[in-house]
Amino acid sequence: MGKLTWAAIPLDNPIQMGASLFVVLFIGSILAIVTWKGWWRYLWSEWLTSTDHKRIGVMYVLLALLMLLRGFIDAIMMRSQLAIAAGGAQGYLPPEHYDQIFSAHGTIMIFFMAMPFMVGLMNFVVPLQLGVRDVAFPVLNAVSLWLTATGALLVNVSLVVGEFARTGWLAYPPLSELQFSPGVGVDYYLWSLQIAGVGTLLAGINFVTTILKLRAPGMGYMRMPVFCWTALAANLLIVAAFPILTATLGMLLLDRYIGAHFFTNDAGGNAMLYFNLIWAWGHPEVYILILPAFGIFSEVIATFSGKNLFGYRSMVMATMAICILSFMVWLHHFFTMGAGANVNAFFGMMTMIIAIPTGVKVFNWLFTLYGGRIRFEVPVLWSIGFMVTFVIGGLTGVLMAVPPADFVLHNSVFLVAHFHNVIIGGVLFGAMAGYNYWFPKVFGFTLNKRLGQLSFWCWLIGFYLAFMPLYILGLFGMTRRMQHYANTAWQPYLVVAEVGAIVILVGILATIAQLTVSIRTRARHRDLTGDPWNGRTLEWSTASPPPRYNFAVMPRVESQDAFAYMKQNGTAAVPPGEYEPIELPSNSPNGFVTAFFAVITGFALIWHIWWMAIGALAGAGVTLLMFGWFERVELKISAEQLAKDDRARLSRMSVA
Amino acid sequence: MRIVVSYGFWIFLLSDIIMFSALFAAYAVLSGQTAGGPSAHSLFQLRHVGVETVCLLFSSYTCGLAILFLARRRLKDASILFGLTFVLGVIFVSLEFSEFAAMVAQGAGPSRSAFLSAFFSLVGLHGAHVTAGLLWLTFMMAQLKAKGPRPFVLRRILCFSLFWHALDIIWVAVMSLVYLMGARV
Amino acid sequence: MSDSLEHASATAPGPGDTDEEASRSAVTYTVGLVFALLLTAASFMVSQAHLLWQPGLSVGLAVLAIAQMGVHLVFFLHLNSGPDSHNNVLALAFGLLIVTLVVGGSLWIMANLNANMMPESAVMEMQR
Repeated sequence: MGKLTWAAIPLDNPIQMGASLFVVLFIGSILAIVTWKGWWRYLWSEWLTSTDHKRIGVMYVLLALLMLLRGFIDAIMMRSQLAIAAGGAQGYLPPEHYDQIFSAHGTIMIFFMAMPFMVGLMNFVVPLQLGVRDVAFPVLNAVSLWLTATGALLVNVSLVVGEFARTGWLAYPPLSELQFSPGVGVDYYLWSLQIAGVGTLLAGINFVTTILKLRAPGMGYMRMPVFCWTALAANLLIVAAFPILTATLGMLLLDRYIGAHFFTNDAGGNAMLYFNLIWAWGHPEVYILILPAFGIFSEVIATFSGKNLFGYRSMVMATMAICILSFMVWLHHFFTMGAGANVNAFFGMMTMIIAIPTGVKVFNWLFTLYGGRIRFEVPVLWSIGFMVTFVIGGLTGVLMAVPPADFVLHNSVFLVAHFHNVIIGGVLFGAMAGYNYWFPKVFGFTLNKRLGQLSFWCWLIGFYLAFMPLYILGLFGMTRRMQHYANTAWQPYLVVAEVGAIVILVGILATIAQLTVSIRTRARHRDLTGDPWNGRTLEWSTASPPPRYNFAVMPRVESQDAFAYMKQNGTAAVPPGEYEPIELPSNSPNGFVTAFFAVITGFALIWHIWWMAIGALAGAGVTLLMFGWFERVELKISAEQLAKDDRARLSRMSVA
Repeated sequence: MRIVVSYGFWIFLLSDIIMFSALFAAYAVLSGQTAGGPSAHSLFQLRHVGVETVCLLFSSYTCGLAILFLARRRLKDASILFGLTFVLGVIFVSLEFSEFAAMVAQGAGPSRSAFLSAFFSLVGLHGAHVTAGLLWLTFMMAQLKAKGPRPFVLRRILCFSLFWHALDIIWVAVMSLVYLMGARV
Repeated sequence: MSDSLEHASATAPGPGDTDEEASRSAVTYTVGLVFALLLTAASFMVSQAHLLWQPGLSVGLAVLAIAQMGVHLVFFLHLNSGPDSHNNVLALAFGLLIVTLVVGGSLWIMANLNANMMPESAVMEMQR
């Protein structure tokens, strides 16, 4: 069994054992409940083998929410440690454990929370907004989901069996080389990300093809919703950047597994090359995260102002400018590594330039709000919170874009405050806005408004309490990733930060409560018309939830904000003349089975159990060939069925 | 549908080329780091490289012709040409494999120096792609025989041919920037 | 996907991917093959015989390589300036831009980093 022994289970560490037991019991009880209630058939045929972009989107968001909890527990553990570990006190987390926690926190939050949340929202919404029935490659879509889930599973398995990386979320060499990290932690990190990375890349290809090649008749590029534009830009970045991640992590894997010398200290290796390549991926990655959020805000602000988005053209140009520019700034992540003044100056200037298109967007949102009849629903709260918070975070980013300033602030907690500022204020707030906005479309009932407001205010206040002190501490000289610190003058700030984390915890609990309460009271909050917010884009023209095939007849698009235009011209509720039968891809176990073999392959490679790895790879290969051999069965839906569904939808629309 | 599938595959190919370019960048940076071990000049045998290049180029040619025959439904001729493509590909892979084996035998394996790590991974990744392509080709020839020229089979063969041509394009870069640069007099 | 657009007709290869077979003939492929062989031979000669000013060797090889790639794209992959190829050309341009930025940027950055940060002994070893 390779390196795997019973010693891999952390029996000597009470915190890890406690967490492991919790995870095992949690998963175990879910499996038990599903079995006892006989839900396996339903789960398998309706969800696990689904190729429906809507179902896949829901599963991505569910994964993201679960990983938010896991990543947040790591966060609150760190905050608690820092609140008490001042001066002589060592806190309750020894360094070896603390290092794993901050590494896991970053890895999980970026790869298994933020990415799946955005990909999930794009999955559900983009085909509906484009007026089509599904993405270009539905089976591949399922494969992407399940490979991402595989990566998330492997990271969580490291909690129970073995250890995680202690190298931070980017695993810099030489620390991540075998010489300094001989354990399995870095291998868990590397294989999780390689597997999940393949999933993400495939999703990128899927969405670029869908957006460029599949749209409703009449929807030229300049009539696409802005969310689809930002989705296009983000997915182009995925296609361009993730191969670099795969190659770079692959090189580190070769160093660790066959003794290569890409980044080692000896035999000519160059660790700085890793920094260069990983950030050439890493910077586009953060734009992959934020661009869809920008798109969500554009949709939300326009809808709840009751107006067209101001400056559609400039929004599109700003989006594509950000897409290209994001590949020209990556060195700002390592100004201090020593490339010299000329190089630093170039990348510093480019970093400032990239702030400009974002500024254009902010002004466009403001001008959209101005003169509108604003309805302060929960998504709008998140949007306004975003605009204030993200601008502050963006400003601190531009500050650090000045190389001399960065020499003082690099790797201090000022940096930590900056990126949390933009990721929480931008990506997370956007995710929550999208979640609240599209929930009724997905499930057919609206979310509880009061608890949504509570969640927002807790997140907003909690965020500022948790991170503003870090800006100050960074200027005082506090470095990041510290397990304890000598300067007791810093402690009050860190206590405030801990309070902030607790307020955010309340916000998260409020979100959970919001979901449970909304489910319980759903009968009273049904979305019968399919258009609870008086939306402007095509997804609101379908039933809530939409039928498997989305549109009985593909809509004919005449302008931007297609649905708003249809409502204005009275064509929204007109039944189409005739219906034609359609074909849809049926379910496929391909994704789930591939992921099954991927988990085993990853685990085996991590623990050097070569026979298991080869066996699982062979299994995956055979599966691929088997599924490839047979032509896919299509699901046929008759014209009569379409007519019946559509009549029901239209009658509900006219009643409400 | 065909347009959608081939466009999606085209995007995939571009992502693959970007992956190779990251390895190219690593090779360019590390090509001088021989750590006292053998250098490019002492290791590269241009005769082999020449044969490999010609094999791959001709296999691209036969693949293209095979697609033409397929378009005209001359399935037997298409199969012969695909078979030729396969044989030429196998020659390429065998030559490359023997080159690698010889280098490892003389102590110039991927763990000897950064230059060799970069060389083996870049050229090796290309070889792995070619090998995967050969497996794919075998599968497609079998599927064509068993199912006939059904639309989904033809779409996949089309994707294969895009893949195969792209591999030759990458080889041009490998040949020029790795072998010919390394072995220059 | 609604009623499928399958036809049993030609799978004319290449990114443009229309049904027009007229431009696809064995001649195109053969011409491409000949050009590619000539360019390959030229590359070998440039590398092995002293035909080019030596410091410009890498540029010469790069130019010949790009020419060969162009031959492949045009003659084997049928990439042209027609409307059906439009999206493919754009995607290719995007890909090439990224490759240039990543490879070129990395070379520039690493050269500067190595010059400033490598210890003396390693710098000597790097002179070729």
